[in-house]
Amino acid sequence: MLDESFYSKADEILNRYPAQERSLIPIIHEIQETYNYVPVELLPYVAKHIGITETKAYSVASFYERFSFEPKGKFIIRVCDGTACHVRQSLPVLERLRSELGLSEKKHTTDDMLFTVETVSCLGACSLAPALMVNEHVHPAMTPDKATALVKELREEAAKS
Amino acid sequence: MIKIKSHEELNTLQKNFEDGIKNEPVRILVCAGTGCQASGSLKVWEKMCELAKDTKISVEFAPEVAHDHNHPAVHKSGCLGFCEQGPLVRIEPLGVLYTKVKPEDCEEIFEKTVKQNEVVNRLLYKNKITGEECFNQSEIPFYKGQTRVVLKTCGTIDPESIEEAIAAGEYQALAKALFTMTQDEVIKTVLDSKLRGRGGGGFVAGKKWQQVAGQPEKIRYVVCNGDEGDPGAFMDCSIMEGDPHRMIEGMIIAAYAVGAQEGYIYVRAEYPLAVKRLTNAIKQATEYGLLGDNILGSGFSFRLNINRGAGAFVCGEGSALTASIEGKRGMPRVKPPRTVEQGLFGKPTVLNNVETYANVPQIILSGADWYRSIGTENSPGTKTFALTGAVRNTGLVEVPFGITPREIIFNIGGGIRDDKKFKAVQIGGPSGGCLTEKQLDEPLDFDSVKKLGVIVGSGGLVVMDESTCMVEVARFFMEFTHRESCGKCVPCREGTLRMLEILERIVAGQGEMEDIDKLRTLADLIIHTALCGLGKSAPLPVVSTLNSFLDEYIEHIQNKKCPAHVCQKLKQYIIDKEKCKSCSKCARGCPVQAISGAPKVPYEIDQDKCIKCGACMAACPFKAIYVA
Ligand SMILES: Cc1cc2nc3c(=O)[nH]c(=O)nc-3n(C[C@H](O)[C@H](O)[C@H](O)COP(=O)(O)O)c2cc1C
Ligand code: SF4
Ligand code: FES
Repeated sequence: MLDESFYSKADEILNRYPAQERSLIPIIHEIQETYNYVPVELLPYVAKHIGITETKAYSVASFYERFSFEPKGKFIIRVCDGTACHVRQSLPVLERLRSELGLSEKKHTTDDMLFTVETVSCLGACSLAPALMVNEHVHPAMTPDKATALVKELREEAAKS
Repeated sequence: MIKIKSHEELNTLQKNFEDGIKNEPVRILVCAGTGCQASGSLKVWEKMCELAKDTKISVEFAPEVAHDHNHPAVHKSGCLGFCEQGPLVRIEPLGVLYTKVKPEDCEEIFEKTVKQNEVVNRLLYKNKITGEECFNQSEIPFYKGQTRVVLKTCGTIDPESIEEAIAAGEYQALAKALFTMTQDEVIKTVLDSKLRGRGGGGFVAGKKWQQVAGQPEKIRYVVCNGDEGDPGAFMDCSIMEGDPHRMIEGMIIAAYAVGAQEGYIYVRAEYPLAVKRLTNAIKQATEYGLLGDNILGSGFSFRLNINRGAGAFVCGEGSALTASIEGKRGMPRVKPPRTVEQGLFGKPTVLNNVETYANVPQIILSGADWYRSIGTENSPGTKTFALTGAVRNTGLVEVPFGITPREIIFNIGGGIRDDKKFKAVQIGGPSGGCLTEKQLDEPLDFDSVKKLGVIVGSGGLVVMDESTCMVEVARFFMEFTHRESCGKCVPCREGTLRMLEILERIVAGQGEMEDIDKLRTLADLIIHTALCGLGKSAPLPVVSTLNSFLDEYIEHIQNKKCPAHVCQKLKQYIIDKEKCKSCSKCARGCPVQAISGAPKVPYEIDQDKCIKCGACMAACPFKAIYVA
């Protein structure tokens, strides 16, 4: 069971949209932004509110790559593996991040919930390839060593707050 | 804010805003596109603002407030395209362009350029071949070969300020259309201009508009495709971020022409800055009465919404995109009915790409004949390309159709980085293919490139040099399309998986010669039976590399060699006997004990045991290990 606060937060979001099917994706976006993931228990609640079936809400949420039912870390690192980044060696950057953080293709989030490492297929910063994005901030011209430094920096930032 | 209620009021306002800008004795424009922001341009902007403040200089452009005519102004600008040299700072009226500006440089810029009109030479761009310093954009080779129509104001105005957009003449085309042209005349002008869709297909935009206008159903929609899924392309991103009003104006004109009441912009979620700038632009336009009810007092009303994508490439396909806006899974459907008949919410819908809409205002203002004077007979106008990969100058370029790939890569792009050899240029992303040296002098336009077996696509141009393995590139795209297949139809879902498996075998050195025929057969099957464009075009990168680089496939299959030394499993790590000092670091680093040796005897790698992990190479302090 989710804490009551999740539902009151959801209400806040729901009230901002018309109670219609087409509000589903924007609502899920906002839920994910609030919690860094989509608590699956909220879907029936949302579905009922906007008048669609539970299965439908679930099938939509699971279709889109960006929505995650699993909690993500404080820092979501999206390593670009688009064409421009791929031909400029983005994979070594990804590998370094994974090895620094003990993550893999299957395990995306560190146990301390600090880091999530994912790939993405283009961030629009192709001329500064290889690029990655930490939350909403793009980091250009990455190298494996810069990735190590970045992790260190983010750890320090987390320790401060 | 007062709503503008007539064409005259718009003209007056434009004049006021223009005067406001003219009265800024110095304008400091700091590029704040995704690229420059990533390189730290916001810190530069902050520093400039701070310096301006310290010297009691007014910072923001505030049109309602009377201007203090002695003060310079600091603005964020849209993407100038030369992202690689960012952060870029332009100073007007001097017109100088500074590259790679750091916050530490700001004081000097202020003292010299802002206050005394002097140039800081060390921040000028230096021609990579001749070493010459370039004072402004027109001297930089990267800009010389370009024709900027769509990107005309991108980089010269603040994309967060509608006042600057109005001062630059934006929304004048809308006023012209609303007050001096009938709906049919607008459609006719766009038809006559032969403007073709920039989203990939190259469909004539005016035809779509005409078909929507002719539907019996009166509720109609105008939708903008800003999903830009092609990995390695960012043209639409730069337009949405750098000059959002131009594209919005194009959409309003389309809405007027076809009688639509509501519109949607569908933007990739990976472009948060574009979403922010568009949201802001819509808000401002609504406040000024350029969107919403009774636009400019004309009686025409149109509302605009933004929808964010959620990481599905297939949502760039028209029917999947409209399904996604409706709150459904983004899956393509069988056509007909076509989008122009039954699109969004089952109503007639104009769906065009960002750049297509961004072309419209200038066509309305300057006319169809002017537009057709640029580009080629059947592909008039310009095209923006995202030039990336192994070229010296990467960035966003706008060129007339008909230009050759050689001009783009070698004149604008400055040739291949690190003096390597050109190998191929990938055009059209996962639905396209590659052009080789032989094809570099063919004109680039919708119809000519089709004959070469590729498509113009959305505008990604990824340049590859001799260190790129073309089989690996084909595998990369196949992995992409397979991952992004929505799974609705079997040829695409299963076919791309089979092709991917074969390609994975080949790059791992386990391919067989029959695999080449299998790839061709599968490609043929998928191209002819898949439901939507994603599946239909998924095999094209493979077909294209098979046609141009068959020898590389054969090398991988028969000789188990990757000529570019890229494919991990085919690499051979070798210890240079001359350089080896027998320190044993490599042997200790090897996870599978494939290395043996003794003091004073060069070490050796047992190729059968080696798992090609590269640990030895990283461990060697004498750089004695190389890849063959
Ligand atoms: C799989 C797939 C992805 C597409 N992605 C995009 C895209 O990201 N942006 C775009 O404008 N068009 C994309 N298209 C093309 C659109 O379906 C449509 O043709 C286009 O948006 C129409 O606008 P235009 O005529 O102005 O080009 C895609 C098509 C397919 C099949
Ligand atoms: S071709 Fe592929 S992406 Fe298109 S509908 Fe079929 S399975 Fe989906
Ligand atoms: S390919 Fe990496 S940012 Fe575009």
